[in-house]
Amino acid sequence: MATGQFTVAIAQISPRLGDLEANVDLYEERMRAARGLGADLVVFPELSVTGYFLKDMVSTVALRLDAPEVQRLAALSRNGGLVAGLVEETSDYRFYNSAVYFEDGRIVHVHRKAYLPTYGLFDEGRYLARGDRIRSFESKFGRCAILICEDLWHPSTACIAALDGALMVLCPSASPMRGISDEREQDDNARYWELINAMYAQTFALFIVYANRVGFEDGVGFWGGSEIVDPTGVRVSKGLYYEEDLVVGEVNLKHARRQRVISPLLRDENIDLTINELMRIRGRGERSLPGLVPAGAPPRELRRPRAASRKRLPVKSDRA
Amino acid sequence: MTAGTDNSEVRGARRQRPSLPTNPPLLRRVLTKFIRNEVCKVGVDRVVVGLSGGVDSAVSAMLAAEALGPASVLAIKMPYRTSSQESLLHADLICARTGIVSLCVDISPQIDAYFERFPDADALRRGNKMARERMTILYDHSARWKALVLGTSNKTELLLGYGTLYGDMASALNPLGDLYKTQVWALAEEIGVPEDIIRKQPSADLWAGQTDEAELGFGYREVDQLLYAMVDLRYSRAELYAADFAESFVARVGTLVRNSQFKRRLPVIAKVSLRTIDRDFRYARDWGR
Repeated sequence: MATGQFTVAIAQISPRLGDLEANVDLYEERMRAARGLGADLVVFPELSVTGYFLKDMVSTVALRLDAPEVQRLAALSRNGGLVAGLVEETSDYRFYNSAVYFEDGRIVHVHRKAYLPTYGLFDEGRYLARGDRIRSFESKFGRCAILICEDLWHPSTACIAALDGALMVLCPSASPMRGISDEREQDDNARYWELINAMYAQTFALFIVYANRVGFEDGVGFWGGSEIVDPTGVRVSKGLYYEEDLVVGEVNLKHARRQRVISPLLRDENIDLTINELMRIRGRGERSLPGLVPAGAPPRELRRPRAASRKRLPVKSDRA
Repeated sequence: MTAGTDNSEVRGARRQRPSLPTNPPLLRRVLTKFIRNEVCKVGVDRVVVGLSGGVDSAVSAMLAAEALGPASVLAIKMPYRTSSQESLLHADLICARTGIVSLCVDISPQIDAYFERFPDADALRRGNKMARERMTILYDHSARWKALVLGTSNKTELLLGYGTLYGDMASALNPLGDLYKTQVWALAEEIGVPEDIIRKQPSADLWAGQTDEAELGFGYREVDQLLYAMVDLRYSRAELYAADFAESFVARVGTLVRNSQFKRRLPVIAKVSLRTIDRDFRYARDWGR
């Protein structure tokens, strides 16, 4: 494996709802197949160790990061990388929709889904705790970030990941088929995701590895169509729609360099400008309700003092 | 459902009615996968379906034949003595075209025996009773044949409540439940349902000359457009009027949907315990599958 150049596989699987053992077995089988095809890094879909519509099963299938099942997954990552989707249980008994990045047999990074869809057919906020950070991390393949499904529908998350140095966003997903049109072969959700992946990959000049699942849970079908998109917004490889698949593609992170030379949007991103404006917008809600703490306001200790709201951060045009 | 009557929100709104997408190749692909998946998950590989000769049961049966193979589909014709001969012929046509084996159970003796005791029963009671007798026959054969009962109710009927609770609305899996009648017709063409079956007037076939559209008082294509705008696209009342749906039509359909909500839910349970089924005891049906 040359530096920055490696083979990614996406295991587009149909896990069994609530059956950890069957699903970890499935991970083992697909890891073997992926390795057989020369994959260095293998990405599995969101909650694919547990299944998606877990409801009251969440606490039953949740795993501590030292659980035997997690150790089995870690072992699968020897000589490579693996992203697994599971319910993580913390020592204070919170349950997160987490994606764990394993490398060479150990856990390197855990991302806890920050945006839990709780509308329409989704109910994540009812059963799961919300992650509160988005961090890029160093992997043996280069700097990456993990964003889980709905996270990536919020453009701020991809922006943060890119500004935090990520050259590749790994996105495990459990995206259901939803809405049809006469113009397209696939459903509406597939169309929107493909738009997002191409757009953010190009906007932030990074690779996106989008790993969606397939199968049905209570009649809800997941559309598959996993893909690797390069920093020009062009697809490197694409999975089948609605069928299981193993999607393999070559990634060369140096391609991010070329795109960033051609279009240095990230260099020019003005973080202080954004922060100033966001602080102004956040403050506006507070001012409109004198004497009242608005719903959703940060806890008192996190609120900035009044005087500070008038002070602007220095805006540097030449940030390192 | 519709909400809000404020006309200001439709300033410059669409006057065009939204067109209901059908995409039959996609529906065919997804629904055959759905049937295969749901049936195999349960550990069986067969379905039993009531074949009336109408387009809905024809589409359900043909999708199942495509998904599982015709040998895994058992069709049951359950005519009453007043059922039309054409319905039976159409049911046979589906079997001949697909290779599905069928069985005929005439329900006249059991229906007549019951209503001898209640001779003053009106057409509605008789129709509901027939639908429920058919259901018991399907479920009996599902046990006999180790198969799941395949549903045939479409989204239009389900939303309007135009079906018999625990009768034709009962099934283990229903591939058509999220398809409006207009979409069922389009899918029927895609999968090769004979033209005669698609073109004929939909009917519950409870008495000679009965048609759904006469009984409902509006056409399926018309109400499907309204339901699609109202339910799927969440148009407000003002937006519906702007799209040229008559106020009386919107009101009538809105009432039908609201008043039949009970048919789309489990029976209401009085909560006394810490965890009540479907309220705070929530598991997917596919629990462990």
